[in-house]
Amino acid sequence: MGSTTAENTGNDNGSEGVGGSAPGGVGRRDLIKRSAALGLITVPTMSFLSACASGGGGDDSSDDTQGKTSSSNPFGVKKGSKLDVVIFKGGYGDAYAKAWEADFDKQWGVTSSHTGTQEITGKLQPRFNAGNPPDIVDDSGAQKIKIDVLYKNDQLLDLAAVLDAPSIDDPDKKVRDTLIPGTLDPGLQEGKVVALNYIYTVWGLWYSGKLFKEKGWEEPKTWADFLAICKDAKSQNIGGLAHQGKYPYYINVAIMDLIAKKGGLDAMKAIDNLDPKAFVGSDAAQAGVEAIYEVVEKGYLMPGTNGLTHTESQTRWNQYKAAFITCGSWLENEQLKQTPDDFDMKFMPMPLLPDSVMPFEAIRAGSGEPFIIPAKANNLPAAQEFMRMMLSREWSTLFAKEANSLTIVKDGVDTGVQLRPGTQSTVEVSKAAGDDTFRYLYTEWYSEMDTAIQNASNELMAKRIQPKEWLKRAQAAVDKAAKDPASKKNRRD
Amino acid sequence: MRKGQYRFVAGFLFVPVALYLIFVIWPYIQTFGYSLTDWKGQSQTFEFVGIDNYTALVRDDIFMGAIWHNILFLVFIPVITILLALFFAFMLNAGGRGRAGGVSGVAGSKFYKVVYFFPQVLSLAILAVLFGAVYRSDGGGMLNGFLVKLGLVDANDPIEWLNEPNLVLWALILVVVWHGVGFYLVLFSAAMQSIPRDIYEAALIDGASRTHTFLRITLPLLWDSVQTAWVYLGIAAMDMFILVSTMTSGEYGGGPDHHSEVMSTVMMRNFLYYGKSGYACAMGVVMLLLTLIVSVVMLRATRRERIEF
Repeated sequence: MGSTTAENTGNDNGSEGVGGSAPGGVGRRDLIKRSAALGLITVPTMSFLSACASGGGGDDSSDDTQGKTSSSNPFGVKKGSKLDVVIFKGGYGDAYAKAWEADFDKQWGVTSSHTGTQEITGKLQPRFNAGNPPDIVDDSGAQKIKIDVLYKNDQLLDLAAVLDAPSIDDPDKKVRDTLIPGTLDPGLQEGKVVALNYIYTVWGLWYSGKLFKEKGWEEPKTWADFLAICKDAKSQNIGGLAHQGKYPYYINVAIMDLIAKKGGLDAMKAIDNLDPKAFVGSDAAQAGVEAIYEVVEKGYLMPGTNGLTHTESQTRWNQYKAAFITCGSWLENEQLKQTPDDFDMKFMPMPLLPDSVMPFEAIRAGSGEPFIIPAKANNLPAAQEFMRMMLSREWSTLFAKEANSLTIVKDGVDTGVQLRPGTQSTVEVSKAAGDDTFRYLYTEWYSEMDTAIQNASNELMAKRIQPKEWLKRAQAAVDKAAKDPASKKNRRD
Repeated sequence: MRKGQYRFVAGFLFVPVALYLIFVIWPYIQTFGYSLTDWKGQSQTFEFVGIDNYTALVRDDIFMGAIWHNILFLVFIPVITILLALFFAFMLNAGGRGRAGGVSGVAGSKFYKVVYFFPQVLSLAILAVLFGAVYRSDGGGMLNGFLVKLGLVDANDPIEWLNEPNLVLWALILVVVWHGVGFYLVLFSAAMQSIPRDIYEAALIDGASRTHTFLRITLPLLWDSVQTAWVYLGIAAMDMFILVSTMTSGEYGGGPDHHSEVMSTVMMRNFLYYGKSGYACAMGVVMLLLTLIVSVVMLRATRRERIEF
């Protein structure tokens, strides 16, 4: 280094002025270097800046997208207009959407542009802020923009018009009446459906049919049977329950399902409605948490599962290192490559605690993968028509073929489509459940409370806190959410 | 210079300054503006709330805990990295047994220098994946696998490195130090090589030990580089976003139960996940202030008389 000039002390982090200029003026090399450096800085800053800079512009130009309405064209899609579709390219890919768009363009003479991405927030937040969002968005994945946040900023279109439009398959029926009951609920904000959760999902326990046959285990119907299998598994050096520890979301599914099945829908609604006795003072909640903690205490967890990511944990389970794992119905699709051919994946409802209000068959069922139409979308008619067509049997079948999963359209898959064993078992379990389904909504309504409960669960599974402390922390999260003035309007009966 | 030349140069000076103002200074000012509002980050509707966000910040245990973790990083990362880098650099440059009266590094020092630099070539994202495998919480993890084989850890109860409140910060510090030592080693080596050999030779003739040579000659003559390293490492310790957010649990990391939270992870969670963007902007302003203070304090604290040679 050996810089000899004594005045140069204040040379801070060295980002500036590395090439000390000669007295004769700025050297050409320095100029070029600096402008190149600035160029490098400005390119990424530009995109960031567009996120910050006040948008303002982009007033709705609905006049050039609004065509004439008719019974077959209830929203008035205009020929020659453009439709901007953004799809989350996750476990389901985006091939299905491309197939839809091709069909849509052909039928309506519209030009669709397609973006398949995992960076929903990064790509769309600047556009929402600037007032020029896409026309229809599949807002999913780890980087989705939270629906409650979008809604509070008046960025979401009320989907009532789509849901009340005539169904494509049966014009005498409203679209709303062709869907599986309850599947619209997770898209509710203050009583309005603002997000269409398109994929029918069930949550519960998964096991390998092959492993169970080998070991002579039967699908456990009660929590005691479940623990007995875990015990037997442990004695044979297999973990009992695996969970995706790095994401406590998954174990929360198990805890909350036990609570709901033990205490019935009222226990569930108490949590969603931020009841002051949702956790502390609720017998169901206490029983549910204590049941899960018994698994921890007796050492029935798959070793190390608390720190594993979802894929690590699920892959271990696929390698027969654990008897059970908690997950939703996307599990099979997500693990396609890791699952042995003869694994025989099977889905089952959460086993019952003694004196449960709901039957064993009851499952958490509902819908995922929220599709939204931004309120400031440029081509609202086409976006609404697109959504109406999504809810047709034809497009639903297209989806099942391309993404290997079910949609919220009732009997929405043509009988010719062959399903994988795991998906097939979810269909059977759903049928057996009938109307005995339930679905928590606090996860969509109160992100902060959800995170706080997840943290508490992580501590519980790591044996660092006891069920009592968990209840206290969960209740504190509920109480905190209840105090937030923005949360008063969400309520379910 | 001729008149036209002045205009030409002035033009070149004006554009960078203008760009700097627009793209660096203006966003800062905007952020400060947003920090006084209840902006939610998804539209341009918000209300002025004064310093509410700042008063809420002071009462936010999670953010305060995050500041504390940043301070821990600030103390340990620079100290450990610089000490190790200095030690290795000295051994590589002047630590060898004086052969034929000259001053040289230990045998094979050129090879070591290359090897030590390897970690620097990896991006932080790759590093996070790499050390994710090292710290993996079951027997499949490198550390756990090793310890289980040695019989030090029970295979049914492996150490959940990144899921242990008492270990997670140290696990992260280790990654940063592992990553940084090589770079600062090369930096210090270059500085050491510019120290005239005759000073070392004179010391050797006077019978100075290695420790003495290091403390009395090398370190004082290296002070400039150490100072630079200190400031850089200090700024890195104030950030830590990439490692914490990818390696630890939670939305944008920070787990288990906020035990590895740093200011930037709390800020991102509030900004993008909770939709409390105005509040997050207030955090950003606090981060900026703290980083500025740290830089100034570090420069002041390490200021010394220059030794010329």
